[in-house]
Amino acid sequence: MSSEQAHRSVEVAARVERRWATIAVIIVVGMALLAAFAGIHRATMPQPRVETTDPSRIHLSGEFVESNLGSVLEANGNVTVRAIGQQYSFTPACIVVPADTPITLRATSADVVHGILIQGTNVNTMLVPGYISEQLMRFTKTGDYLMPCQEFCSFGHEGMWGKVRVIDKTDFANRAKAGGRLSCVGQ
Amino acid sequence: MLVNRKLILAHFWLAFAVFGVALTLGAWQMFIRSPIGTWLSNPELYYRSLTAHGTVMGYVFPTLVAMGFGYAISESALEQRLVGVRWAWTGFWLIVIGSVMAVIPIALGRASVLYTFYPPLIGNVFYYLGVVLVVVGSWIWVALMSINLRVWRKAHPGAPVPLAMYANVAGSYLWAWTAVGAALELLLQIIPVAAGLKNTIDAGLARIFFSWTLHAIVYFWLMPTYIAYYTIVPRAIGGRVYSDSMARISFILFLVVAMPIGMHHTFADPQVGAGFKFIHSAFTALVALPTLLTVFTICASVEIAARLRGGRGMFGWIRALPWDNPMMLALAFSFVMLGFGGAGGLINMSYQLDASIHNTQWITGHFHLIFGGAIVIMYFAIAYDLWPHLTGRELIDIRLIRTQLWLWFVGMIVTTFPWHWVGILGMPRRMAYFDFGDPAIAPQALSVTFSAIGGFILLTSGIMFIVILARGMRTPKVDAGPYRFAIAVHQSATVPVALNTHALWVALMIVLTITNYGYPILNLALGAGTSVPAVYVGAQ
Repeated sequence: MSSEQAHRSVEVAARVERRWATIAVIIVVGMALLAAFAGIHRATMPQPRVETTDPSRIHLSGEFVESNLGSVLEANGNVTVRAIGQQYSFTPACIVVPADTPITLRATSADVVHGILIQGTNVNTMLVPGYISEQLMRFTKTGDYLMPCQEFCSFGHEGMWGKVRVIDKTDFANRAKAGGRLSCVGQ
Repeated sequence: MLVNRKLILAHFWLAFAVFGVALTLGAWQMFIRSPIGTWLSNPELYYRSLTAHGTVMGYVFPTLVAMGFGYAISESALEQRLVGVRWAWTGFWLIVIGSVMAVIPIALGRASVLYTFYPPLIGNVFYYLGVVLVVVGSWIWVALMSINLRVWRKAHPGAPVPLAMYANVAGSYLWAWTAVGAALELLLQIIPVAAGLKNTIDAGLARIFFSWTLHAIVYFWLMPTYIAYYTIVPRAIGGRVYSDSMARISFILFLVVAMPIGMHHTFADPQVGAGFKFIHSAFTALVALPTLLTVFTICASVEIAARLRGGRGMFGWIRALPWDNPMMLALAFSFVMLGFGGAGGLINMSYQLDASIHNTQWITGHFHLIFGGAIVIMYFAIAYDLWPHLTGRELIDIRLIRTQLWLWFVGMIVTTFPWHWVGILGMPRRMAYFDFGDPAIAPQALSVTFSAIGGFILLTSGIMFIVILARGMRTPKVDAGPYRFAIAVHQSATVPVALNTHALWVALMIVLTITNYGYPILNLALGAGTSVPAVYVGAQ
């Protein structure tokens, strides 16, 4: 190979390589832009705010006292669910919610790190003691959904399964008339 | 010029011995939680095993491989005797002592906290001290790699650093810095609590510190594999590296952007706000760049080999590749697994999609495919390639080697594909057993069974690997010649300073870590009232 030929082949190699690098950069930038667009336009994003709580006092006062756990129908028609995770169960162990309703899940841990995952949905959040997790959700189909703890929380982790029961909107409204906090524990 | 062969062999043998033990535990775990196993009467045994499996596979095995390979690269690429051999042995023994110190409390059930620690769960203090010793031992290696390169530079002023050594030192710096996150978590938070000096801990802050280590550690595991892609594979199959500078750019990109992205592990966490979650997600997209560049460069390098062997046509050259060469086979398998694993990784780091699979079996499937598959199969290839140079004996079982690689590939696919699937169905991670009698869980039973079978295929392959290496210690003596690395098609006599040194890139890595982690860490560390009582494992 003459030196001129060698010089030309170096140029060809560099050009092909540059082309590929450009494509790679476009892919990467495109992915980031897509995530930004979906995040802003469709408001799909992980939990945005940080809220704290003291796990050694949650049973005494504040929004996570036992009498306040469960589902409540708010004045605007939305539902708020409050729950805690502790070794090795959720309270309430069976969460009841209406279908086709915007729901806010607020939860925290009373001891170690746990997680809430509702199977068949993309509801998925960590419960870190000291912090409050908030998830917005909406169910379109009634029925029972399994809700396992998705983070290792010591020796009883495999037994930490809760349940979410999605019921008809009017049924829920009727049950909510009696006031208090709703759950499906023992039903 | 491999002089300190005993040192390198000691690292490899210890690495593969602990790998064998952890692999056996892994196969047992797959079996015992599947429908073909019977429920464990004591689920705690599962978590002991899981802690040991993760600790060995995450901290001990890849670190030893990177160290042994690093010493081999330093001696053979620089053609210079290793400086600081006594320190190297000190590092090795620190890892031995650290591993033993960590394993004893695990075996006694006093440290079943998993390799990710996750306080406020707190295990026996000797477990954490053992892990610290392993990391300190590896930091000696980092220092030695830097010193050896400096000695070489003095003797060869201005000369281009051989690619293998350039990449090796980049990998060592990446490890030194990424290990700092877990080190801070251990030294400032966990160990004082485990030693009984304190009894509260900020779990949110600990998760952020750990994410600093948890993601970039993956790129540290990956480094030997990428070094093999660039500097061993083309030589072994009779080709050339397509581009020396693109290779350097890829390693630099890993060094710079592997670090400030770890918070994509905490998308579902309540202790970080949306802003930093998004920044880390975008930076994680960036880390795909060096891999995309590598895939191009390596495919092009392989094509060169095929065309030199008479391959023709747009795709016809693929047939001309030396498919009976174990290195070719390992590379092909590695790339297939990297492709699937990488695609899964893009889902994990996605700001939106992560919620569908976060902490499900999808995640375990993902990192087993990438680490256990794409990365570890190249560790095998590296060992096979280096072995004759380390032992002075030939590896004669080429057919057995090919079978071993095939089994590892098939086993990994059979294990991880159903694993991803049950993750999509919402199966949570790290459970000692599942109630497959529950109608909602029953549909996952078949997939979990397949995964368990895959686990046994992997175990078979792992045993074959160790047997092949052990038999390679007894074959007749042979002169393997000097250990060489691939050269580039257009090897230029000079390399730009930026592509020949690390200082600028290390500085950039540190700056990016501070911009991406500084505020969240300070915010959590200074915010009062988020420390929670520790929960001691084994005390319940």
